[in-house]
Amino acid sequence: MEALADIPKAYTKKDFESDQLVRWCPGCGDYSILSAMTNALPQLGIPRENFVFVSGIGCAARFPYYMNTYGFHTIHGRGPAVATGVKLANPKLSVWEVQGDGDALAIGGNHFIHALRRNIDINILLFNNEIYGLTKGQYSPTSPTGLVTKSTPYGSVERPFHAAELVIGAQGTFFARTIDTNPKLMTEIFVHAAKHVGTSLVEVLQNCVIFNDDAHAEVTAKQNRDDFQLHVKHGQPLLFGKDNKKGIRLNGLKLEAVTIGEHGITENDILVHNAHEEDPTLHLMLARLEPPHFPMALGVIREVRAKTYDEAIAEERKQITENAKYHSVDDLLMSGETWEIK
Amino acid sequence: MSDPLVNGKKTTTELEKVVIRFAGDSGDGMQLTGSQFSFTSALWGNDLATFPDFPAEIRAPQGTVEGVSGFQVQIGKIDIYTPGDQADVLVAMNPAALKSNLQFARKGGNVIVDLDAFVDRNIEKAGFVTNPLEDGTLADYNVVEAPISSLTKTALEGLQLDNKSIMRSKNMFALGMMYWLFDRSLKETEKYIDSKFKKTPALAEGNKRALNAGFHYAETIEALPSMYKIPPASIEKGVYRHISGNTATAWGLMAAAERIGKKLFLGSYPITPASDILHELSRHKNLGVITMQAEDEIAAVCSAIGASYAGQLGVTTSSGPGIALKGEAIGLAVMAEIPLVVVDVQRGGPSTGLPTKTEQADINIAVFGRNSESPAVVLAASTPANCFEFAYMAAKIAMEHMTPVILLTDGYLANGSEPWKFPKTADMPPINLAEAKKSNGVYYPYERDAEKLARGWAVPGTPGFEHRIGGLEKQEKTGNVSYDPTNHEKMVRTRAEKVERVANYIPDLEVQGNGDGKLLVVGWGGTFGGLRTAVTELQHANKKVDFVHFNYINPLPKNTKAIFERYSKIVVCELNMGQFASLLRSKFPGMNILSYSKIQGQPFLVTELKEVFIEHLKD
Repeated sequence: MEALADIPKAYTKKDFESDQLVRWCPGCGDYSILSAMTNALPQLGIPRENFVFVSGIGCAARFPYYMNTYGFHTIHGRGPAVATGVKLANPKLSVWEVQGDGDALAIGGNHFIHALRRNIDINILLFNNEIYGLTKGQYSPTSPTGLVTKSTPYGSVERPFHAAELVIGAQGTFFARTIDTNPKLMTEIFVHAAKHVGTSLVEVLQNCVIFNDDAHAEVTAKQNRDDFQLHVKHGQPLLFGKDNKKGIRLNGLKLEAVTIGEHGITENDILVHNAHEEDPTLHLMLARLEPPHFPMALGVIREVRAKTYDEAIAEERKQITENAKYHSVDDLLMSGETWEIK
Repeated sequence: MSDPLVNGKKTTTELEKVVIRFAGDSGDGMQLTGSQFSFTSALWGNDLATFPDFPAEIRAPQGTVEGVSGFQVQIGKIDIYTPGDQADVLVAMNPAALKSNLQFARKGGNVIVDLDAFVDRNIEKAGFVTNPLEDGTLADYNVVEAPISSLTKTALEGLQLDNKSIMRSKNMFALGMMYWLFDRSLKETEKYIDSKFKKTPALAEGNKRALNAGFHYAETIEALPSMYKIPPASIEKGVYRHISGNTATAWGLMAAAERIGKKLFLGSYPITPASDILHELSRHKNLGVITMQAEDEIAAVCSAIGASYAGQLGVTTSSGPGIALKGEAIGLAVMAEIPLVVVDVQRGGPSTGLPTKTEQADINIAVFGRNSESPAVVLAASTPANCFEFAYMAAKIAMEHMTPVILLTDGYLANGSEPWKFPKTADMPPINLAEAKKSNGVYYPYERDAEKLARGWAVPGTPGFEHRIGGLEKQEKTGNVSYDPTNHEKMVRTRAEKVERVANYIPDLEVQGNGDGKLLVVGWGGTFGGLRTAVTELQHANKKVDFVHFNYINPLPKNTKAIFERYSKIVVCELNMGQFASLLRSKFPGMNILSYSKIQGQPFLVTELKEVFIEHLKD
């Protein structure tokens, strides 16, 4: 094996593209996500060999094959568990885990919430297209009620999950949302997520052109951008709309969309986004905003620092090792009650 | 054994071996009492084997049959391989203990009861209609009615202890009686009590007083007219310790990781009777162990697979129901060809079955229990102590051959314990990793070692070896995704051949016997002790019976067929419906392979095995 390079070389996008033919459907949102990722990684100053992409099953889960890094395409829903093992085995690695909405929130829901609860220092990308693509068009746990699919010919009667609610409910420390039609925002957020220490959850509103086309058009369509996208930035007021004339204010216990200049509202009434606030209440309220009454929040909604699972394990080991009275399995075998037959 | 207790004279009787069973409420401390007796006997030089028999419920209602916890130990001056069929001495701390354990006492043996516990309420709770001490239930036994509770109370008078603490010391009174009966020193148990109750001197004093009071009571009363002597066994020289199967499994895995300089990563979800491996490994994080109590069985195995992918030794431990959940992930390890150790501590099934009882019915799921052609190496430990060796071998094979290895133990091995002359880790066989290499400057993830067919293990963090693997079918050599029909067939056959070739690296079977026997007894896994004892006793009686015991289930040792061909009759004994027998019949069609099976959640009795073998020898 070759020695580890001490100084990471300056990578380009090309260094992260694998030689495999990309096999998503033409027009799939995954292409732009892949491109944003290969744009983001060279910015991180991490040696290429230290990147690992892990995935479960689904269209999104093919992602690792297309990255020229270490990659492991595992089984349905279990990506977060595999990624947790990878990170604990070698905490130096930059571990990315790619999931679709079915993989993450249906079959893998348990692993998803527990990765967040433990706050293992990995990055989870949730490609949310509100449909099962690889199995050819069944409703998913994020499909809106009423969605007609192959398995819901009369419309889905179930209520959808909102990823953010699970993230907050599981005490997640990082939640960001982006859209597949905005490569610049995606790249920014991927870099931001990589730098966050703890489980970073990035929800990408992604379009399945075949089975659920325009599912996010209310937010992503050109004509809707101004009124239905709220780009949040830590420390900045929550403004949106043409010329940033609209904003979000807190009215009692609820968020309210207002227009500056109307009913005496000034910019001072607009909430300033604090992504670093430990209390997740406002983050949750922000993350739940959606059309038609509100714009959808995009950007880093929550980013707080808490001890990670890998840090806690390393600290614990250090402490136990310092106080240990035995230092090998041979010591252990001789410990406790032994006797000699002469 | 003769019955000196009934002859009314004070004598000392020397015995080759004796079986003692302690039974009481699960809060009565019977496991502790049994293990103290075992430890003292081991120091005295006896060989021994133990078997705890406890309920699934932590504390079932007091005084009920469901809440009874038992501990059986056989000690001897001869080699002891089992905890014994039937107890020569049964200690029953209450009517429920008597009700559920009398079946394990030998007729003509001794039954010691706490007389104080045989009050109407308890008798009724245990399901007796009349008092068993008076109605003839115990006519075939020598009964010692000892007022254990009240004498313990008297002995502890004056100590600042509440009634509950006093009553908890009565197990020490019973233990004291046993120490007198078997001529044992109280010293080791007193030392143990001092260290256990270091912070509560009153409890230490109370327990020691109860122990001594029991000893002196036994010495005094007329009902115990004799002491038994079990002289030390002629045991191989060396340093010994007690070890249970679960602890040995944990330590064997640690020894393998330490030997190869890797961390041991355990992903595990609590399940009876495997949890003690998780507990044990969780104590040794200073030795490079990482344990993760996962959110479920699937996360447990998947995190272990992730750890192995990242270059450490990934292990998951469970029992039957958990193994069923892990199946898909084990298949991933088969496809991705990465090392993985799966420990299955078998218990009674199906479904939740009998969580605390032993069974050997997971051989089919271990060998076949995954979708499609999904071969894995399967090993089985056969004594509590050799769980160490086979856990080590499981890890060695996994890392050398790049394959999942399933290690089968069972509830009987896991909780049973025996004295163990433990090795130095340097004496364990070396582990030679399947290292990743490049051909002409290129790394191909599925390029294989010509002998073992193992692919190289390239670990994230290593520059120049970046690669992608996964559960989709692989193109040979490159490891790229491939749907090519002939490639698929080739890869299926290669994976099977890789596992078959493990047979080139495992020891041959050894026959116990002259090889001229007419009957070959075959066993595997945790039934070794009973089978070995039964066959040995028959061989001493000049019966033509030989014995082989399997620790390697898949692949089988290479000389299996050659040995089987020498016998006109082969009887496979196992605690299931004949799963291993079926496997052997499919491998060796045309041979006369019979099955003797038992599915009662209990180990084989030596007596029943001897009867079966004698019957087979008749025709």
